[in-house]
Amino acid sequence: MDLVLSEEQEMLKTMARDFLADKFPKTMVKEIEEGELGYSPELWKEMAGLGWMGLALPEKYGGSDMSFLDLGLLLEEMGRACLPGPYFSTVVLGGLPILDIGSEEQKDEYLPRIASGELVFTLALTEPSASYDADGIETKAEAEGANYTINGTKLFVADAHIADYMLVAARTDAKAKAEEGITIFIVEGKSAGISHKVLKTIANDKLCEVVFKGVKVPKENILGELNKGWPEVKKIIQRAAVAKCCEMVGCIQQALDMTVDYAKERKQYDRPIGSFQVIQHYCADMATDVDGTRLSTYQAAWRLSQGLPCAREVAIAKAWAGEACQRVMALAHQIHGAIGVTIDHDLQYYTRRAKAAEVSFGDASFHREAVAQEMGL
Amino acid sequence: MDFSLSEGQEKFRQEVSDFLEGEIKQGLWQPSCDAWIMGHDPEFTKRVSQRGWIGLTWPKEYGGQGLSFIHRLILTEEMLRYGAPAACHWFADRQIGGAIVHYGTDEQKKELLPIILKGEAYVGLGMSEPDAGSDLASLKTKATEDGDHYIIDGQKTWTSGGSNMNWIYLVARTDPDAPKHRGISEFFFETSLPGINVVPIVDITGGVHFNEVFFENVRIPKTCLIGEKNKGFYQILNQLDYERSGMERLMANYPLFEALIKYTKETKRQGKPLSEDKLIRSKLAQLEIEFEIGRLHMYRVAMVMDEGRAPNWESSMSKAYGTAFEQRLASTAIEILGLYGQLSPQSPRAPMQGMAYHSYLSSKGYSLQAGTSEILKNILASRKLELPNQ
Repeated sequence: MDLVLSEEQEMLKTMARDFLADKFPKTMVKEIEEGELGYSPELWKEMAGLGWMGLALPEKYGGSDMSFLDLGLLLEEMGRACLPGPYFSTVVLGGLPILDIGSEEQKDEYLPRIASGELVFTLALTEPSASYDADGIETKAEAEGANYTINGTKLFVADAHIADYMLVAARTDAKAKAEEGITIFIVEGKSAGISHKVLKTIANDKLCEVVFKGVKVPKENILGELNKGWPEVKKIIQRAAVAKCCEMVGCIQQALDMTVDYAKERKQYDRPIGSFQVIQHYCADMATDVDGTRLSTYQAAWRLSQGLPCAREVAIAKAWAGEACQRVMALAHQIHGAIGVTIDHDLQYYTRRAKAAEVSFGDASFHREAVAQEMGL
Repeated sequence: MDFSLSEGQEKFRQEVSDFLEGEIKQGLWQPSCDAWIMGHDPEFTKRVSQRGWIGLTWPKEYGGQGLSFIHRLILTEEMLRYGAPAACHWFADRQIGGAIVHYGTDEQKKELLPIILKGEAYVGLGMSEPDAGSDLASLKTKATEDGDHYIIDGQKTWTSGGSNMNWIYLVARTDPDAPKHRGISEFFFETSLPGINVVPIVDITGGVHFNEVFFENVRIPKTCLIGEKNKGFYQILNQLDYERSGMERLMANYPLFEALIKYTKETKRQGKPLSEDKLIRSKLAQLEIEFEIGRLHMYRVAMVMDEGRAPNWESSMSKAYGTAFEQRLASTAIEILGLYGQLSPQSPRAPMQGMAYHSYLSSKGYSLQAGTSEILKNILASRKLELPNQ
């Protein structure tokens, strides 16, 4: 057992932290959030130039062949910086599933262009039922000659408005059990019949409503196997849950750091408020939550990287992170006082993202049920 | 980064758990909560000693096994999982032996370590006093020099292991004129000496594990001084880091958790096992999640120790977290048992041998012993977060 990061991992983190701090000050984050695109194509290219899009892709697809855990460390820094944009959806929700279950042709076609920063991908999974369970998928794909025709509405689809491609989970066998008739398709984002609306969200990210009306997709765009998509979707959710936890670690670590700094500087009654025991204990509680989140997240990411069974560890990490983030942010606000609830203060970026992250890819209740099953209850 | 145990460590875990299961099968003892502090079984301790499982991390030259702290964590994790009666040797193995290895003279090492290794030192921890709890440095028990001896006078309280001890680790004032942190020394001696009077304190569960200990004109040879005279307070801070570091701060009532899970699977309410009830599933899963987080904290502490550092803030964090978990576990267990949860081990119809009742009451002390959670958070604030002095 060894919890120390390797020299390369430390370097990756430091480099990422410096780059993101330099290129994405909160003024830039704000500008991007308020813009229609939700990302900066110039900085996107710079990030691709650093090899970030292909970080966990094999070299033959233009990647750096690093591990999922390494990617997690990068995501942690992105969480720390509140990076806006389609990195998560492109890499975690698009690239890795294709690498995992794509055919050789699909990998050759998409992965090098993901690695180079040419393509934006996303995943169209959840629907108006807002469920991560199989019975939440009602969007249909019906075979018609060489094509499938997709009809339905997907909701909370990240970055659909700019996506070149989407992975779409749709029902291909209406008569089968909920988990047995689902197929994943690679769908061109600008296909005829697709329309989208950008929703206004707590994290100011670009989650969309996407309506599929008679959208034609060639059969060869099935990712994985016909009607056997659900187990793969579950893997995608699992991977995304850990990736989200990594962002959350960065998010609450930064909130803790900001809070401790503030407690050292802010004076009341002629002394730093950080010298008051109640503030110290709040900070100690925050630090304990941050470290617990980090340890369980790294454990899950490590197991995933190693290809070990990880259902239990992933569920534990995400259930814990969701609630720990809320406790940390609540105390961060309490210690910051009124300045922390102003729109011009950096803290609010973290508060908003932490709440969105809590409900993404399974909230604590969802993952507690998964843990219960792993316990044999 | 690597979250796996080495092959040797996995094998060691198997060896320990085979041994403990064998003991239970032979009916040598019953698993119970708090057995690490309440379960005094000299024969069990002897068997543990014969396997070389006391002093596991001490250097081989002192009779130890020279194994890692992760090994020791595995050993204690299994002991706690099975609720093994390890109280006779627990303190000596956990912190006293290590302190002697660290601060003792060659003669002390030669004389004292073998006694601990054989499992024959049932140590009481003589730290707190009626007016010196969290503020340990304000202790008043005196050790006055008299030729080749010190004379001990005063009173200790909450002395863990006091009723079964044959040795005591005592912190006493050796310089009444120095600032309070700088006039304290540590001693280790047998309690058969004249002038020592132990008065048990009955705790909230009705059991006895801590005591008042009175010292009246107790003469101990100067060779009982451990480490440097008047530097005892700094030594004890270091020892406390180890005292707080272990799995017993997360798993003291682990047998309750396993029993509770089994109970919910086997007990039906309205025709369905409790474990199929949505709310109960959620509560048990939450406990499992919190337990796993605690376990990771504990393993981190062991890794810090394996790096050769005293786990000062890490063990404060893990202990405050772990004991709060144990308290929630006990409380949730009673809640899930409902009306049955209030039945004591002595009552007819008590489920799970009244474990929940006992553990709920017993767990109130967990966040007090070896440093209150408030003191631990102070330590976190100052040593990890470097917040300004209060």
